[in-house]
Amino acid sequence: MKYINAIIDDINVSVEEGKTIMEAADSIGAHVPRLCYHPFLSTEGSCRICSVKVEGFGNLLPACATKIQEGMKVTTNSPEIRETRRDLVELLLDNHPRACLTCERDGNCELQNLSYKLGVRHRVFDGARKRFPIDFSNVSVVRDAEKCILCRRCVRVCSEIQGVHNLSQMFRGVNTVVTPAFQAPMDESVCIKCGQCINVCPTAAFIEKNDTDVVWEALKDRNKFVVVQTAPAIRAAIGEGWDIPHGTHVTGKTVAALRRIGFDAVFDTDFTADLTIMEESHEFIQRIKSGEGLPLITSCSPGWINFVEHFYPELLPNVSTCKSPMQMLSTLSKTYYAEKTGKDPKDIFMVAIMPCVAKKFEAKRPEHQAEAGYPYTDAVLTTRELIWMLKAYGVDFPNLPDEDFDNPMGIASGAGDIFGSTGGVMEAALRTSYELITGESIENLEFKNVRAIEGLKEATIDIKGTQINVAVANGLNNAKTILEKVKKGDKQYHLIEIMACPGGCVAGGGQPLSHVEKYIYPLDKEIIKLRQQALYNIDSGKTLRKSHENPAIKQIYNEYLEKPGSHISHELLHTSYQAKSPRGIK
Amino acid sequence: MCCEVKYTLENDIIEYIEECKKEEHPESYLIAVLHKVQGRYGFLSEIHIDEVAHILEVPTATVYGVATFYHYFKLKPRGKYSVSVCLGTACFVKGADSVLGAFKSELGIEMGETTSDGLFSIEGTRCIGVCALAPVVTINERVFSNVSPGQVPKILHDIKDTD
Ligand code: SF4
Ligand code: SF4
Ligand code: SF4
Ligand code: FES
Repeated sequence: MKYINAIIDDINVSVEEGKTIMEAADSIGAHVPRLCYHPFLSTEGSCRICSVKVEGFGNLLPACATKIQEGMKVTTNSPEIRETRRDLVELLLDNHPRACLTCERDGNCELQNLSYKLGVRHRVFDGARKRFPIDFSNVSVVRDAEKCILCRRCVRVCSEIQGVHNLSQMFRGVNTVVTPAFQAPMDESVCIKCGQCINVCPTAAFIEKNDTDVVWEALKDRNKFVVVQTAPAIRAAIGEGWDIPHGTHVTGKTVAALRRIGFDAVFDTDFTADLTIMEESHEFIQRIKSGEGLPLITSCSPGWINFVEHFYPELLPNVSTCKSPMQMLSTLSKTYYAEKTGKDPKDIFMVAIMPCVAKKFEAKRPEHQAEAGYPYTDAVLTTRELIWMLKAYGVDFPNLPDEDFDNPMGIASGAGDIFGSTGGVMEAALRTSYELITGESIENLEFKNVRAIEGLKEATIDIKGTQINVAVANGLNNAKTILEKVKKGDKQYHLIEIMACPGGCVAGGGQPLSHVEKYIYPLDKEIIKLRQQALYNIDSGKTLRKSHENPAIKQIYNEYLEKPGSHISHELLHTSYQAKSPRGIK
Repeated sequence: MCCEVKYTLENDIIEYIEECKKEEHPESYLIAVLHKVQGRYGFLSEIHIDEVAHILEVPTATVYGVATFYHYFKLKPRGKYSVSVCLGTACFVKGADSVLGAFKSELGIEMGETTSDGLFSIEGTRCIGVCALAPVVTINERVFSNVSPGQVPKILHDIKDTD
C-alpha cells in the first residue's frame, strides 16, 4: 500500500493513496462540513459545502471529491472558507420552505444542523422560490420537492443499493427536480416503497406517509378495541428515540409504553414470525419432497415482494405463499382472537408498528382485505411515527418498567425474535426444518454461517446427508445477483432469504434517524450490527429458541389452525402475488 | 406469464439500439439513440422513451433525465408552424419578451407547447445573429424583423391564410 504525505492545517498527514482530502482531514480530527456526501454511496461532489483551499489552486476544491496528492497543502478552515460555506447554505435556505417548526425532520435534519453549525442567523434573499405540489400518491412514501436540496442521495441509494433506479434528476438549472421517470406520481412508478430514500435524505424531501392521526382517532373511540403489534426490529431501535444507546433492546418498555397511550391489547409480531416458520417450513419440505418450485424464496419483506412483482415476475412461483408475520397477526386478531373473545372483527382496530414503510402499502393490498370489506391491518406506523406519538403523549420512555405482551399472541421463540436481522429468517427456518426433516433434535442451533452483515451470503447446510444450498441477500442489488444466478440455473439453490433493506429490517426505511453526528448515516454497518446484536442477544438469552417448540404456537394449531398447511391455514395465512406494471429494468 | 412485447418504434431503430447494446458501454449511446428517435418522429414521446429504456436496458428515469436535460430534445410534438422568438440579448432589450407574451396569449399556449389543432408551437431561441433586425421571430423558414406585440395577430393570421 502506497502512502501519501500531505499537510492539512499545518499538520503532517500520511494516508493511503486514493483517499480523499475529506478522509485525510477526518483522520486528524479536522472535520469538514458536508451535505451531499454520503459515506456509503458514490461521490456526488455537487453541494460544495466541503470546500477547502489547496495551495496552487485558485478556486476552492470539494474535499469529498478531491483525492489527496503527495505534497498537497490543504487549509480546511479560514474566514474566507467559512464564509463561502455559509453563503452556500444560505442560498439553499433561500430556496427552501421556512417550515422547521412543523417539519418531521426538525431536530435531525442535516440542512438545519448545518445551518446552525455554520452560523447562519438571518436569511438574505427573499426571492422567488421553487414551487412543487407534494406527491401524496403513494401510501408509503411522500415526496416534497420543495424541501429537496438536489444532493441526489436518494437517486444514488435507489440505484446503487436497491437497483430500482426509480429516481433521476430531471430538467436543468432552476427547474431541476428529482422525480421518477416522466415526473410520474410515485405510485405510478417502479418505486418498491422501501423507504431507503427517506433514510438517506438529509432533509424532509422524502418522508413516510404519516398515519398517526387515524391511530389517535381510534384510541379516542370508545367503541373500538384497539390492538397493536410490534415487529422484531422495533425493540432493537426504538430506544434511540430517547438516546438510549444503540443496540439496547427495550421490549418491555415498548409494551408498557403502548399500554400507557391506550392500546387495549399488545401482541408480538415475533409470535407470528414463529407461525411463519411453521407454515414456510411445511411449504419448504413439500417442495423438497416434490422437487418442484425450488428454490423457495421468503416472503416477509413487502419491499422485496414489490420488487419481484415489478422486476422478476417470472420468479413469482418461487416466492413463498406465506403472508408476512404482520399480516398473519392482523388476520388472526380479526378471526381467531375475535372469535375467542367474542368480539365483532369490525370493532377491532389493528395497528402494526413496523420498521418499514412498505408495510403501509402491504396493509392496503387487495389481497389483505377481508371478504366483509374491512382491512386486516387498519394502520401501520413506522418506528419513527411511534416515537413521535409517545413523545406527543408525554411518555417518559426510559423510565418505564418492563411489561409483557398480552396472550394468546404474545409468546415468541428466539427464532421469531431474530426475524428482524438479515439471515434471521433463514436461521429460524433451518432450526425448524432440520428437526422436521430429520425427526431429531438439532445440536447446534446457531447457524452462524448465515449470520452476517454483508449484503450477500451463501452456505451449504448438511441436513443428515442432504445438502441444502441456501443464500441470504439484503439490499435489492444483492438480491438481483442471486436471482440472476437462479435464472441461469448454474447452481441448485433450495432456500433463499431476501430482505429489501440493507442489513434487513433493523435498518428498514422506518427506523429512527439520529441527530448524533456519529450515527446520522443509517446505512452505517456499526448501527446495523448493534441493532442485530440486540436481537441475537434476546435469542441467546431464551431457553425457547425454536418456533415449533413455542407453546403458544402449539396452542393456536390445536385450537384453531389444525396443522401447518391445513385448509384453514391456507385460507388465513397464505396469499398470492401478481406481475405489476410498470415493469422494472433490471 | 408474459407475452412478446410489441414496440411502436420502427424496426431499423430497434436494430440500431440492439447494435449499440453490443458495445462496451451501451448507456453511452443513449444520446445518439434519442437523437435518432427525435429525427424520425420529431419529438420524444413517453412511449418511445420507455421503449428506448427497455430495449437499451437503461432505467427509464435515467433516459427521461437525459431527455429533459438537453434543450435540443423535444418532449412534445411541434406544431406545423414552429414560432421561435429570439431571446438573445439584443432582441430581449428591444422587447422580445413582450413579443413572446403576445404569441403566448394569442395562441393560448406556453413556451414548448403546441396548439390543439397542431398548427402552432412556440419556442424560445438564443441569438440567431441578425441583431440589427431585433426583435426577430422565425416561423419555420420565414424571418420576421422588428416585430412588435401589436403585429402578432396579423402575422399569425397571414400564416393561417397561406396554410
Ligand atoms: S427539511 Fe430541514 S430545513 Fe427544511 S423545513 Fe424541514 S427541518 Fe427545516
Ligand atoms: S422508496 Fe425505495 S424504491 Fe421507492 S424511490 Fe425510495 S429508494 Fe427508490
Ligand atoms: S429528495 Fe432528499 S436525498 Fe433526494 S436529492 Fe432531494 S434532498 Fe437529496
Ligand atoms: S459534501 Fe462535498 S460537494 Fe457536497
